[in-house]
Amino acid sequence: MTQPHAVTDLISERLVPFPTPHFLSAGDLNPPAALALLDVADVFVDLNRLAASEGGKTLDLLSGRTVVNIFFENSTRTSSSFEIAAKRLGADVVTMPVQASSVAKGETLIDTAVTLNAMKPDILVVRHGASGAAALLSQKVGCAVVNAGDGRHEHPTQALLDLLSLRRAFGDVGGLTVAICGDITHSRVARSNVALLSMMGARVRLIGPPTLVPGDADRWGCEVFHDMREGLEGCDVVMMLRLQLERMEGALVPSTREYFRFWGLDREKLAWAKSGAKVMHPGPMNRGVEIDSDVADDLSVSLIQDQVEMGVAARMAVLASLWARSGAAR
Amino acid sequence: MTAIAIINARLLDPASDYDGQGGILIADGRIVEVVRGGDVRVPAGVEVVDARGLCLSPGLIDIRVKTGEPGFEPKETLKSASLSAAAGGVTTIVIQPDTDPAVDDPAMVDFIQRRGAALNLVNVYAAGAATQRREGQRMAEIGLMHEAGALYFTDGDRVIASSRTLQRVMSYAAAFNALIACRPADPWLSEGGVATSGELAMRLGLSGVPAIAERIQLDRDLALVEQTGARFLVDQISTADALDSLARARGKGLEVAASVSINHLCFNEIDIGDYRTFYRLDPPLRPESDRQALIEAVRDGLIDVITSAHAPLPAEDKRRPFAEAAPGAIGLETLLAAALSLHHEDGVPLLDILRPMTAGPAALLGLDSGVLEPGAPADVVLFDPDAPVMVDAATLKSKSKNSPFDGRRLQGKVIGTWVGGRKVH
Repeated sequence: MTQPHAVTDLISERLVPFPTPHFLSAGDLNPPAALALLDVADVFVDLNRLAASEGGKTLDLLSGRTVVNIFFENSTRTSSSFEIAAKRLGADVVTMPVQASSVAKGETLIDTAVTLNAMKPDILVVRHGASGAAALLSQKVGCAVVNAGDGRHEHPTQALLDLLSLRRAFGDVGGLTVAICGDITHSRVARSNVALLSMMGARVRLIGPPTLVPGDADRWGCEVFHDMREGLEGCDVVMMLRLQLERMEGALVPSTREYFRFWGLDREKLAWAKSGAKVMHPGPMNRGVEIDSDVADDLSVSLIQDQVEMGVAARMAVLASLWARSGAAR
Repeated sequence: MTAIAIINARLLDPASDYDGQGGILIADGRIVEVVRGGDVRVPAGVEVVDARGLCLSPGLIDIRVKTGEPGFEPKETLKSASLSAAAGGVTTIVIQPDTDPAVDDPAMVDFIQRRGAALNLVNVYAAGAATQRREGQRMAEIGLMHEAGALYFTDGDRVIASSRTLQRVMSYAAAFNALIACRPADPWLSEGGVATSGELAMRLGLSGVPAIAERIQLDRDLALVEQTGARFLVDQISTADALDSLARARGKGLEVAASVSINHLCFNEIDIGDYRTFYRLDPPLRPESDRQALIEAVRDGLIDVITSAHAPLPAEDKRRPFAEAAPGAIGLETLLAAALSLHHEDGVPLLDILRPMTAGPAALLGLDSGVLEPGAPADVVLFDPDAPVMVDAATLKSKSKNSPFDGRRLQGKVIGTWVGGRKVH
């Protein structure tokens, strides 16, 4: 499909080089850089909608470039989202089947990095179960690295897509009160969102049982609540987190039914938030554990589907912006 | 054997609190004369080492050294560990029992010590396991290993979780006046943790070990010491809270010694900030307030022993994301220079730094070295306390290169190391 001049002009007008060589953490951004990414992502949203109706890839911004997706942890959603984003920018995309690779036979992460580097990719998208793994890889390869989730540490593109969803729903996130609820301790989504939302002027609250909220979370610049009624009062946004079910029974909370009773989001609890409050969830959801289907599927309050759609556009913005930086550097 | 006179030196002898000019005469592997404030008269035919501008102290005694031999020789052999020790001014090393097979019977103790002696480098002793295969279940042959020369008994990095087992080990060891050493770390609170719990670990997304895990376990261990009357070493104390517990136990008159690793005196948790796995240690690095408390405890004598906690690990164990990397760091060759940084940067007097690496461990383990006295083994180190050293892990003699000091500038250079009067470095 040919590219409409108006669109490419708009992209080149809005596209600015990424502020750092890699996107490892929400802290790599600053407010102007985040706003620039959102601005260009808005164009990609429109373009993607057009592509959906007309088919085919839409741009040749990364034509001839190779994006390698390497996912050491399973994640169909994030992996697909990055793959679609890269393809829509015209890149060649390789998704590495890690489970079947030599990594499973004991190769170290750095060995893998050296191997990948020899293949000369332009952008490496990494998910790994260990905190800091993306940072480690970034030190050993010559291309840009995007952290697609590292252990409990960060998931910065998730925070960016959440920010995009919120900006499109509310116009501006400055002044919003956002409650992040559930398993804060083990959540990389929470860490990235706390950093990015706070940076953009939102007030962030953390809500969850004491066993799932770090003891010093109040030092993150957030208010901490263990009671949903208190925590949700006056909130514009309720962001629920996925619970790792294996952590549930008897370990950190007594049972899923007790958890849902006190911290699962249903209509009754949502009513404690501000009227018109929106609900978010990074997916995949444990329905009936952290969120009730009745809320999750109600498009008048739920942004969950929007988040998935915004994920592709936000990741397109990140990939294009990183390429603009590395391309400019050459 | 040739006699050697080391003259014009600044003698540092923590055992006698002497810090001043002097010289020593060595013959037949022993120190035969020590002159303080003047110099030895050099008999004819004696080799003379002029140590003007340099410090002479007893050779260091490092009671916590891991090797890979037997079982994991690519990590470290007794030979490479001995060469590292000699280069670092360490004249006596005590090998941890976590080899494969574990040092849990007298034959293994004998093996380590015979192999060490055959190298003819530094003094090599073994620590025996406290429980069979270091599994924390059944007592090892403490009496036989003691007889074979094991200097103390420990399960190394493994905590003896069962209070009943530890109680039995302590009671039994008391019959031999054998020293038992334990790592204070509550195994349940510590499970899976790779950094000290707190803001930094949370920000980095690393599983935390609460500092209280150390004190809880230490309080249990000390209660058992009180009940059994065992001789006890708190192995690698690392938190201010645990130091308080230790001080209280001392106040009650319990015979409890404590060791600290050089890493916990030199680094704090901020060093893990960029996920560099050379700082992945067990116990994890602590906040600066704990480090300062440890330095204070060295200064006032609450801590008896500083160790290198030498833990050689090959690249494949460290070239991993932080949480997946094996914990530990090499330290034999950098021990003295790193310890001297406590003098240069934190103002700790030289004698107070050297005491826990010489007279302290010697007294604890019943060794006759660690002092500059006539009759003592001629295990000495000559060093320049001010000379700058740039640590380059690649050039260290250890087979593994996992040094957290890699790339750091330290001040303090080993000029010569003698063991039994023989120059080994």
